[in-house]
Amino acid sequence: MRRTDYVIKRIFFAVMTVFVAITINFLLFRALPGSAVTNFARAPHASPELRATLTHEFGLDQPLWKQYALYLNQLVFHGNMGISFADNQPVTSELAGKLKNTIGMVFVGTFLAIVIGVVTGFLAAWRRGGAVDHASTSSAIVFYALPTQFIGMMLILLFASVLPTAGMRNQVNAFFSGGSTWSNLKDIGLHMILPAVTLALTLFGEYTLVVRSAMLETLGEDYVLTARAKGLPQRRIVVSHALRNAMLPIATLVALSLGFIVAGAILVEIVFSWPGIGQAVYEAVATRDYPMLQGAFLILTLSVVFFNFIADLLYFKLDPRITE
Amino acid sequence: MKTVEPAVVEGTALEARPSRGGHPIVRVFRERPSAVLGLSLVLFFVLVAIFGPALAPYSWTQPSGAVFAPPSAQHLLGTDGSGVDVLSEMMYGGRTSLIVGFAAALVAMIVGGGIGLLAGYSGGATDVGLMRVTDYFLVIPDLVLMIVIATVFGPSLSHVILVIGLLLWTTTARIVRAQVKSIRERVYVRRARSLGASHRRIVFQHILPQVAPLLIATTVLTIAYAIFDESALAFLGVGVPGVSWGTMLEHAFERTAMTEGAWWAFVPPGLAIGLVVIGCYLMGQAIEDALNPRLRVAHLSIRTWRIRKAPAATTHLDPEPDREEAV
Repeated sequence: MRRTDYVIKRIFFAVMTVFVAITINFLLFRALPGSAVTNFARAPHASPELRATLTHEFGLDQPLWKQYALYLNQLVFHGNMGISFADNQPVTSELAGKLKNTIGMVFVGTFLAIVIGVVTGFLAAWRRGGAVDHASTSSAIVFYALPTQFIGMMLILLFASVLPTAGMRNQVNAFFSGGSTWSNLKDIGLHMILPAVTLALTLFGEYTLVVRSAMLETLGEDYVLTARAKGLPQRRIVVSHALRNAMLPIATLVALSLGFIVAGAILVEIVFSWPGIGQAVYEAVATRDYPMLQGAFLILTLSVVFFNFIADLLYFKLDPRITE
Repeated sequence: MKTVEPAVVEGTALEARPSRGGHPIVRVFRERPSAVLGLSLVLFFVLVAIFGPALAPYSWTQPSGAVFAPPSAQHLLGTDGSGVDVLSEMMYGGRTSLIVGFAAALVAMIVGGGIGLLAGYSGGATDVGLMRVTDYFLVIPDLVLMIVIATVFGPSLSHVILVIGLLLWTTTARIVRAQVKSIRERVYVRRARSLGASHRRIVFQHILPQVAPLLIATTVLTIAYAIFDESALAFLGVGVPGVSWGTMLEHAFERTAMTEGAWWAFVPPGLAIGLVVIGCYLMGQAIEDALNPRLRVAHLSIRTWRIRKAPAATTHLDPEPDREEAV
């Protein structure tokens, strides 16, 4: 298959997945007990006008298929995901702000995980069967198996006296937005340490295992044998022959996992009250804020689809052999 | 841990390795110490879950001591934020967590196995259609969808089991389908078909026994993932009502056991979940590794539960020989 065909096929798949997710989203919340009007426009302190607007916008008094069409229309062309029950604000703008916070934390955490994972996996493969190998693979499996929220709670237990454990900024800074940009950044950075490290600890195990097995695979290749026969120094063989080729599965794995990490960050955000999408999901679940939950689910699915698409392209770029 | 040798394996290794002594699964445990370790870990917690509630020293719902009392002779693991004995809670909560894990994995096995078998065996439009659906479900983030569904339908034991099980079948379906596709083209299956064996006979007599070990390996790994998900749902307050390891973590968090320094309230459930997950992982990995090093089920991510893409695996997953030639 040619390149454009492949890309078109992947785009089609991505669009279809989003469509499937939107449909599930629509149907699930219509399956709720009670009428659509009361559920969707139930916002507790909503004025009759707001209720009327919502009913009109989403056709809550219309038959189901019409509601679906209106829902799609509002979502796709107006980015309208309804009004949060909690504070009567549009869901879309609230989630946009939170997504920014989540993405910052997720990128730092993933970066840390990649660094730890590649280093430990590399060392494990290089010194296969040795103490370093056993130490890194077993610690990888242990962190891999522990629940995310538990790792977060352990870090709070250990570092509560040294590092901030909740929120994104100090109360003072949050209220008086004075202070220089630098001190604000430093504040956010300090608050980000524990959540990002938690995320990194939950993720690096997977990377370690993949890097290790990818390295072992390339180390067994003929070209490594050739390099050895040529008398190249071992360092050169391992770094520029084996590691370089092993980066292929690693790169796609990272891209592929990024989307799920955004979703997986829910637990981390709850533990550290990080004001991101996960925290929004948590609050929406607690208050049964359905429009918010619906919006968060859509955004998280979109992020997975997006990163999946990137992974597909990246994979194709790195290894054009895979076109099925 | 075992490495994935770039072994030359066509189809499944079941045939590649001459059977010496016992069922392949029995052989796995005989040859791999890690599998035995995994099995003992899981068995230990299963036994605790069965007999634990009878042996629990205190009630697992009523307070029996001070709030956050540290471990002592009376309370071996201390008490939690409401003064309930942690050891008793652990024993009883393990039952809930394991029931959810095993039952959800069973649901995933039946649904995923069924769909994989149907898609792989019938081929054609059924296959394409079913795999399309599977692909979409693979991409939707399960944890988030689970949270949404559990919130909408309300938390109860059966809801949690169904929600987890019905979202974890996709990986099983893909693996089973690939395996069935390759087995369907084996000579002995073709021969059975030409001898006039019915579809039912071919599936149950010839294909299912070959797929079973792989299905078991995948299911064992699904147990780990389901227990993980149970604790995540519990943490959001939409888990199983009552005591489970997941709700214990959530209670400890709600009562800020971390800042109280009451580590005994959340370390036992956290470690227990970790140990069961490691146990399932070691077992599943050993079985799968012994059967078919190329499929790499064990390289599934516990947290994202996706098959990693590997060039070798993708080409291997789709053996598409001309099956009509014999007709």
